[in-house]
Parts: sequence; C-alpha cells; structure tokens
Amino acid sequence: MSLWRQAVRGLRALLNRPAADRDINDEVEHYLDEAAAALERTGLSPQEARRAARLELGNVAAVREQVRAYGWENVVDTAVADIRYGLRQLIRKPAFTIVAVLTLGLGIGASATIFSVVNPILFEALPYPDAHRLMMVWDGQNGRSDVTFGTYREVVTRSRTFQSMAVVGPFRPTLTGVSEPERLDGQRVSADYFRVLGVTPALGRDFHAADDRPGAPFVAMISDSVWRRHFGADRSIVGRQVLFEDVPVTVIGVMPATFENVLSPSAEIWFPMLYDTTLPVNGREWGHHLHMIGRLREGVSEAQARQELDAIARTRDTAFSRPSWAALPDGFVTTRLQDDLSRPVRPALLALLGAVALLLTIACVNVTNLVLARGVERRTELMVRAALGASRLRLMRQLITEVVLLAIMGGLVGIALASFAVDLVIALSPHELPRAAAIRVDGSVLMFAVALVTMIALAVGIVPALYGSRADLRVDGRSRTDSRGREVARRSLVVVQLAFALVLLAGAGLLLRSLQHLLAMPPGFEPANVLTLQVQTAGRRFRDPNATHQFFAAVLEAVRYVPGVSTAGATSQLPLTGDQDVWGVQFESASPTTVNESREAYRYAVAPGYFEAMGIPLRQGRLLNAQDDGNAPRVAVISESVAKRRLPGVDAIGQRLRIGASPGWFTIVGIVGNVRQASLAIDPPDAVYVTNEQWTQFADGARWLVVRGQSDPVALLPAIRAAIESVDRRQPIVRVATMDERVSASAAARRFALVLFQAFGVVALVLASIGTYGLLSGSVTRRLRELAVRAVLGADRRSLLELVLRGGMSLTAVGIVIGLILAILASRFLETMLFGVSRLDAVTYVSVVVLLALTSAIACWMPAWRASRLDPNAILRAD
Amino acid sequence: MGPENTDLIQGTLDMLILKTLSLEPIHGFGIARRVEQISRGVFKVNPGSLLTALTRLERAGWLDSEWRDTANSRRAKYYTLTRSGRRQLEAETADWSRRAAAVARILKAEV
Repeated sequence: MSLWRQAVRGLRALLNRPAADRDINDEVEHYLDEAAAALERTGLSPQEARRAARLELGNVAAVREQVRAYGWENVVDTAVADIRYGLRQLIRKPAFTIVAVLTLGLGIGASATIFSVVNPILFEALPYPDAHRLMMVWDGQNGRSDVTFGTYREVVTRSRTFQSMAVVGPFRPTLTGVSEPERLDGQRVSADYFRVLGVTPALGRDFHAADDRPGAPFVAMISDSVWRRHFGADRSIVGRQVLFEDVPVTVIGVMPATFENVLSPSAEIWFPMLYDTTLPVNGREWGHHLHMIGRLREGVSEAQARQELDAIARTRDTAFSRPSWAALPDGFVTTRLQDDLSRPVRPALLALLGAVALLLTIACVNVTNLVLARGVERRTELMVRAALGASRLRLMRQLITEVVLLAIMGGLVGIALASFAVDLVIALSPHELPRAAAIRVDGSVLMFAVALVTMIALAVGIVPALYGSRADLRVDGRSRTDSRGREVARRSLVVVQLAFALVLLAGAGLLLRSLQHLLAMPPGFEPANVLTLQVQTAGRRFRDPNATHQFFAAVLEAVRYVPGVSTAGATSQLPLTGDQDVWGVQFESASPTTVNESREAYRYAVAPGYFEAMGIPLRQGRLLNAQDDGNAPRVAVISESVAKRRLPGVDAIGQRLRIGASPGWFTIVGIVGNVRQASLAIDPPDAVYVTNEQWTQFADGARWLVVRGQSDPVALLPAIRAAIESVDRRQPIVRVATMDERVSASAAARRFALVLFQAFGVVALVLASIGTYGLLSGSVTRRLRELAVRAVLGADRRSLLELVLRGGMSLTAVGIVIGLILAILASRFLETMLFGVSRLDAVTYVSVVVLLALTSAIACWMPAWRASRLDPNAILRAD
Repeated sequence: MGPENTDLIQGTLDMLILKTLSLEPIHGFGIARRVEQISRGVFKVNPGSLLTALTRLERAGWLDSEWRDTANSRRAKYYTLTRSGRRQLEAETADWSRRAAAVARILKAEV
C-alpha cells in the first residue's frame, strides 16, 4: 500500500515537476501566512508580523529545497542530469568517445559471440524434457565404439535403470516417387527413439514396436522440412504411400518444425530399424555401427546406471548369446548426452572462453587508461565543480555515469558486431560442433551482454572515479602526489595489457605450430590431385548384389576413360570422411583363446585400382586385382599395423583371416602402408582390404569413387559426372570433395580455435600498442618542460629519444616477463588441443616475445621521436 | 519560546505529528503551533523538517491530505490521519511509554 503510494506520488512529482513545485511553494507560503497571522494576533503590525514570521521560518528557499529534496524521484532527477551532462562531455571529445566505444564494443562483441557459441553447447539444457536424464551408451571396446544391435537387445531387456533405450544408425534413402529424385539424410531408429528424446510428432503417430519387426509394412516419419518441400505441407500426407528407391512406404507421422535432432541435425526422415530379432550371427545385427541412447528412470543417478551396465557386461545371461567381437570385455562407456556431444569441442570452447575473457580485460584496461588520461585534462573542470559545492560522492557519481554511458554504447556496438560475427563463426565451425543451428544472438546472449556492460562500468569506472573525485581535497591544481598515483596506475594497467596480449599470442602460436605439425603428418596416401565422390545405388534392381557390382564396374570403366584421369578406384569407405565400418578380425593361426581374438579392423571392400588411385604404397606381396573376383579364391590385403600387431614375427603372406562372421577364410596376399582413417591426429588403425566381389555378405550399396587426375581434378568433375550418368543417370552423386579438402577439413576443429585465437591475439596486440603509445605520449606532453630543460642543459636528441624509449621498453619488459609466466600457466588449458608440440615450445614463446617487443618498440618510437624533436626555447618561453 | 526551548528528539517528530492530527485535520503551521503550545514551548518545530516529515508520512500511508482555499484566496494543505496512521500512533505511543518508563527507572536507580 505505502510502497504503491511512494511509487505513484514519486512518479507524479517526476512527471509534473512544476505542479509538484507549486504545491510545495503554496504550502510554504501558507505556513508563512499563518505564522504572520498568529504573530499579528499577539499585537504586531502586519508588516512587523510578516518580518518576524520570515525570521522565524528562516530562508524560505532553503525550506522549499529541503522539502523538495525528499523522495526517490530526486535520485532519478540527478541521474538524468548526470546523463545529460555526461553525454555533453562525451560529444565534446569525439575522438576519445569513439576509441573508447569501439574498444569496448570489440571486447563485448567478441565475448558475446563466443558466449553465443558456447552457451547452447556447454551450458544450456538440450531441447528435450528433462534432458539431463538422456545418456549415450558406448561399447567400451577401443575406448568407445558403436554398439551392435545384439548388444542393444540384451541391454534393453536386462537394464532396470533406464526408462527407455533406443539405437540409431545413419541412413540415406532416395525419394524416388517425385519428379527430381532427392537423396535425404535420415536415420534408422528403433521404435522408442522419439520417446527416449521425449518428442512427439506434430502430425500422425510415433513408431510402434510393431512397426520395427522384420516383415512389418514399411513406414516412415518425415521432418517438417521434407513435409513442406516435397508435400506442400499437406496434412493428408499421413497414411499416404511414398516411393523410396521405388519401394512404397507409408508416411505415419510428421515431426514438429521445432524438433532439433542433436544426434543427426541434418536427418529429415526416419525409418524403423527392421533388424532381425533372432540375431543371426553373420548378419548386420552384430555389426558395431549403432549409437545407443537411453533415458534414465526418474531419480536414478548416472553412477547407478554405470554400475548396472557394468554388471550386465560382466555377467553373461544364457538367454543372450554374444559373438566374440561383441563380448563386451571392456564394459560400457556411459556419458550424459550433452557431455557426449560437446566432448570433441569442449577443450576448444573453454580455451576460447578464456581467451575472450583476456581480450575483454585488455579492452577494459585500455578504456580505463583513456578515462584516467582524460581525468588529467578535466582536472580544472572537476575542481570548479568541487569548489561550487559538489560533494566527492556527487563527482564520483558523475564520473561513473560517464563510464556507464560508454559501456552502454560499447554494449550496443558489441551486440551489433556479435550478430554479424556469429554467422562468420558458424561458417568457420568444424563439423564436430554440435547444435550449430542453435547458435545465435538470443535472449540469453543479450542478458550476458547486459551483465558484461554492468561489470565493465564498475571495473572501468571505479579507478578513475576515485582519482578524479579527489579534486575537491586539493587547492593546488599542480599537486604532484595525485598525478604520481595516477601515473603508477596507468603504468600498471599498460603492463597488464602487454602481459595478457602475450598470453593470447602464445596461445595462438602454440595452436599454429600444432596445425602445422598436424598437416605435416603423412596421411598414408597421396592427397594431391585426387577427387572423391560417393555414388549411391537406389532402386529395386540393386537388391541383386551382382547388379550392384556390375553397375559400379561399369561406372569405374566409364570414369577411367575420361580424358585427364590417370587412375580410378572404388571403396566402401574412404579415409577422413567420418566413415567407420569396423569388423572383428580373426586369424586362423591364432588360438581362439588369445586376447587378440576379437580385435577389430576397418573393412575396406574395394575395386582394384583403389590403392593406385589413393597412392597407398605396397610394402610386401601384391595388391588386389581384377582376377580376384567372385569365382577366385578369397584374398585380402592388410595394413602394416595388422601385420605388426597381430602377426608379430610371422610371415603374414599366406596366413588366413576371417572378417566378422564371413563364410570363408581370406588368404593374405599383400601388405600395404598404414592409412589415417578417422583423423590426422589419431594413429592409423588396423585395416583389411578385400575386393567388392569377394565380400559376399552383402553388396555395399554406396561406394566412393577415387579419381586421380593428371592435374587439378576439380576441372574433371563435369566430365566424371557425365561418365557416371552415362551408365545410369538416376543414381545420386554426393559428398564430392578433393582429398586435399578432406585433409584440411579434418583439421577444422583446430583451425577454428586457431583462427579465433589469432584474431584475438592481433586485436590484443593492437590494443596493447595503443595503450603503450597513449601512456608514453601523455607522459611526454606532461614532461615537456622537464625535457626542454634537459635539452637546454646539453642533452642531445639521441639521449632524449633514448630516455623516453627506455621508459616505454622497461614497461614492455615487465609486461613480457609477467606475460610469459601467465602464458606458461595458461598453456595447460590448451594442452589437449596441441599436436606434436609441447606446451612449453621454445620456438613459440621466443617468437611471440619478439613480436610483442617489436610492436611495442614501434609504439614507443613515435612519442620518443617527438620528444627528441622538441624546441626547448619555444617551450620554456611559453611559461 | 523561552530560552529553554529544546530541539525535538530525533524520531519523536513523527509521533507528535500523528498525535496532533488524531484530534482534527489541520495544516502544517497548525501542527507546529499546537506542538509548541501543548509542550508549553519546550519543543520548537523546524518548518523544513516538519513539511518534509509530512510528505514522508503521507507517502507512508499514515496521512491523507487535501487542498482547501483560504480566506485570502490562497491554497492550504490540510492533513488527516488515516486508519493505518492511527494504528501507527498507537504503536509508537506504546513504544514510547515503555522506553520513557525504562529511562525513568534507570535514572532513579542511579540516585
């Protein structure tokens, strides 16, 4: 009630100040009248009474002011006055204002940009109900591997800690019943997938268990985008049949437009798994190629779930068989979905957060220094105000108001910058960056910027306000003590800038050296002049494996005849594409009880010519050739690492191996060099190569063509396309890129961090130089008389130059020493992102020290040069 | 207003205003006058403090005010005690009596 009155009355006074003033005036006047009337009644004449009343009342104006000063609205009034005055001050010094606002804008913009990237990935909950209960479960083999369908069946039946679980695998069907066939990114999911996520379709129904049985009628769910793009957002799509690869499939549901599928952001269509629940041991049901996701029961902790899964892995249940390669000897790896998604980019993001905090600090320090320098210029103004009765608090408030204005303007510039920069960062981001679609300047980013502005205003405002407001304590405007304190503050701030800039530069340097090392890693093949693309077969006729083999043989033949092509080959999986087709490999010679029994290798089903086209060197024996067809004895080529690890001290040639539950043994006929499959940074994995025709379990429907050109192969693309289409123009050609591009893309996460670190480092260097320059140049201006006296007393130009230069460089030296210590400490946080270079890499530190020293020397040179050119006579006469 | 008149003890002004207004609605000078009269000139009210206090009490919801025209065509602001103002007065009176009694006991004990 009374609060309400406070607000209303205050607001009324604020909005109509004249009326409020009139009320106060009238009340005071009436008081005076009554007092005079009372005195009159004691026998005084009206004039005397009035005079006595005035005397008694005291200063009428003072009374009015006293009454007027009551109420919160006066605080607002003063603030408005401060803001007006502050704005006038800022406009009067446009150069200062622009530099300060841009500096803060840069700092805030960079911070807001990084925050908007980091927030949805590390901090914000995933867009699912109770997202913290979603867990990824991996097979612990080789650290973490995809699970098999068989493992999923066992876990989902035996586990009690999970409310629901699902497995998903990639799937790229081609929509054929339309005028222009389109290959869609999709997923094969077990029936509970969407229920695990907690998302329901916008239209139609979710998958039922009955949809996910072999022999069930084909059904699919589609994304909102496919619904709009291909079916004109027609609600009657539900229940209709659509052709995929010429097979009719019933659309049963449409996902909402807001559905964000973090496991596969580009997926637009979902099919049931349709895996065989009798789990035939030689089928795809036992391939390690599925992601498993589960939703914990309410109240169940991660630790409980881990414990239970470990127990399941350890204790065999007779109801569930496990082939040797899926025996779960290493248990499971269970992580929160969000942590799992952010894992590849987490170190980079945290390092970037740290880097941008440094940059922001440098920006703030720069502006603090500018404001301090301006405090010197404004001393007279502040002293006059103090002399006119402004209290110290009032002056401090004025100075802080000005900094707040700067911070707010900086914040606006920063937000504008961030909304551009976010797009740049997304364009630059590595494909490992999850939730790229959720990265934008949104409400939480704005809140973050507001918090930054507040913090900056406090941090930047407090030091100058303390120094500036001291004006009232001094009569002598030339007092040395204050300017000495101010000078020390400014020097320390410049040292901080230099030190932090060095930290950023050292980080950028370490990342740069890592990237150089990484790109210098031999990938195991010759990437130059190699073009790669994937051809996917779609259609009823490819249900016959021979048709698939014949199609690809014909395609390869046609491509080889394209002028400019020197060799061409095909493979089921290609290095550095994210493909991960891993199978258990068993050797005939090894006793079934050895630990090595279930070790895995990448399976490459290749067409002869693949090794030549990729430039994978033969080490021993022979390569696969056209004679190794379906009728010939099964043969395989292994990588050096397989020979070394699995067959130590034995001649590998002639040994026999089995891949998964392949029906027969493959005889090893050759050994080739190791190839980096997953990434340049990961040691080459074991690999086994067989020919497509001898891989009889199934015919790989999607194959990579590897084309080595005589020169730049990109120019050959149209001809290669035409060659493929001459065989069959309905088979989609996708994922086209040169091998050089793939090598470069595999370093994208590091390059992402590097580019941002470099940008921050350069900005920090510039800001630190501006800071150093500003400090020295101000000190030369202040010391003009001293320098002139020195000149008169015989100091030559050189010694004056050295005097100033020495001052600046000694500051730089202190900054460098502190910066080096900080950089070495901070490098720990970069460690996981480094490759082939120590975090104490001397080359990096020496280079950045030299860079910083040189830049600083340039910044110091200009004021020093000015000092050496001064005209002592003119300066001394001016006094 | 003899030489022995005393400035108001901090915090008692509010109570005296409320007490004065509990008799009848009255304007600012009236309040000052009555406080001085009833205290037989012991308390002297500063007009600036009084008018500020009136604004404060009004915003606190303990007083209401209305403008009336005076004989010489000026405006006079009359204050009225509200119900919550009356409750406040009772509370403050009780509090004051307790304190005064306590102080009196201490002073007596010292003799």
